[in-house]
Amino acid sequence: MIYEFFYNLTGNSILSGSIVALLPLFAFLLPFVLFAILLERKVAGHMQDRLGPMRVGYHGILQTISDIIKLIQKEDIIARDNDKLFFNIAPVLTFTGSYAAFAVIPFSSIFLGVKIDLGIFYIIAVTGLVVAGILMAGWASNNKYSLLGAMRSVAQIISYEIPTILVVLTIVMLTGTMSLIELSENQIGYFWNWYILGGPEMSLQKLFLIPFMLISFIIIYISTLAEVNRTPFDIPEAESELVSGYHTEYSGMKFAMFFLAEYANKFAVSAIIVVLFFGGYQSPFGYLGNSLGMTWLVPIEQFFWFISKGIFFVFIQMWLRWTLPRLRVDQLMAVSWKYLIPIAFVNLLIIGVISLF
Amino acid sequence: MKAYFNNIFTALLTILTGMKVTLRHLFTPSITIQYPDVKIPLPERERNRLYVNMDECIGCDQCSRACPVNCIEIETVKSLPGEDLGKTSNGKKKALWVTKFTIDFAKCCYCQLCVFPCPTECIYMTDVYEFSEYNRNNLIYDFATLTPEERIEKKENYQKFLEQKEQQKSQPQKP
Repeated sequence: MIYEFFYNLTGNSILSGSIVALLPLFAFLLPFVLFAILLERKVAGHMQDRLGPMRVGYHGILQTISDIIKLIQKEDIIARDNDKLFFNIAPVLTFTGSYAAFAVIPFSSIFLGVKIDLGIFYIIAVTGLVVAGILMAGWASNNKYSLLGAMRSVAQIISYEIPTILVVLTIVMLTGTMSLIELSENQIGYFWNWYILGGPEMSLQKLFLIPFMLISFIIIYISTLAEVNRTPFDIPEAESELVSGYHTEYSGMKFAMFFLAEYANKFAVSAIIVVLFFGGYQSPFGYLGNSLGMTWLVPIEQFFWFISKGIFFVFIQMWLRWTLPRLRVDQLMAVSWKYLIPIAFVNLLIIGVISLF
Repeated sequence: MKAYFNNIFTALLTILTGMKVTLRHLFTPSITIQYPDVKIPLPERERNRLYVNMDECIGCDQCSRACPVNCIEIETVKSLPGEDLGKTSNGKKKALWVTKFTIDFAKCCYCQLCVFPCPTECIYMTDVYEFSEYNRNNLIYDFATLTPEERIEKKENYQKFLEQKEQQKSQPQKP
């Protein structure tokens, strides 16, 4: 993997370790966040027949960069009655939680932080830190709106983790592996080998699996949407009700950190969906590098496909955001407990029965 | 049980319908214009900031009298017999020095009533509508073309002329 490559290059385990740890951040996450914020604003604008940012650079392409520069310059305000320690830790913790997930996300067959067998389990476990960070931020802010937002957020994330895990369990049961890279490798070849279309095995079983895989995909998409607090499940941040939820009191780079964590999370859940259902980094129609005989091109193509699939799902998240209104708290709970969880259970049973044959 | 599945079906259907609408709007050309760079053409008879073409003005004070809010202030001085002030484009002879012609746009109500009585059509509406100021006094526009020195000079000239006339009147009575 990439750690061994840098270890051989530098001969120093600490140096190569820190390079590997920072590589996804600088090679992917920061450019992605810069791009995604601009994309979000552009999509929002055009869906409402506006133009979005237009002033900075050609059609506003430098808008996010100027926003970041503005945020760096801003004063870091800590109010008198804030819980200073928790107030300062919370953004870091939130970002750590969402960034830690990137350790196991396979961007391509060689661009992978660490190869562990419990990849998907690790992601689900480590993103639990985000919940702690959000609640910490809401509590330490000493602000009613922040606390309300944080509590709603925690309630929401915890209740929507169940359908997510049930769907993940379905896939794990079907494939017998939790390793994200192995899941991606299973779906090699063409797009009909993806798990959304019943997996790589060519048999009658595949035909039966397709509708239930589709249901699984819809459930996990809805529940991960709720886990990253996106509209229509944005009651923790509800601008019109709670100012902006748990990060109301934050300014400057701490606010930027929450934003970074939010967008990192957004890509992380899209990446999980891509790995579980849409072939991970595998190309849908075979590799150009293989047919041309240039094997070094394959990882680059894989990286490209992974990023495009991920950004496509991020785009759908934005699309939904500008389509749907916000749910009420009781509706939110009803969707999770009365609809998603029972359906996910039944789905799990049916797929289990199908996979027996 | 039927209602349960019906709910799921309606939810998915309405979400897809909504997504179709937003997707269509994503590709419709936006109606925004980049305002300070691009402006919407104004209607033909729009009423905005006034302008006075002083070459045409004969100082007749009709606009000032028509104004319902008294925002136009005009002061004139009669010209001396020898002075030629020229003619307006429609042939009227100018007989007055306009020493003061101010319009206070803070007061102006843009009713266009001053435009119609003007015999030479020298006061009219322009298409300028962005003229906000930080200081209210900056909204008092002075249209008179004479310099401050000239204005004083014209007044003094006329004053002298009147005095000379007085003298001429009073002189023949003495002997």
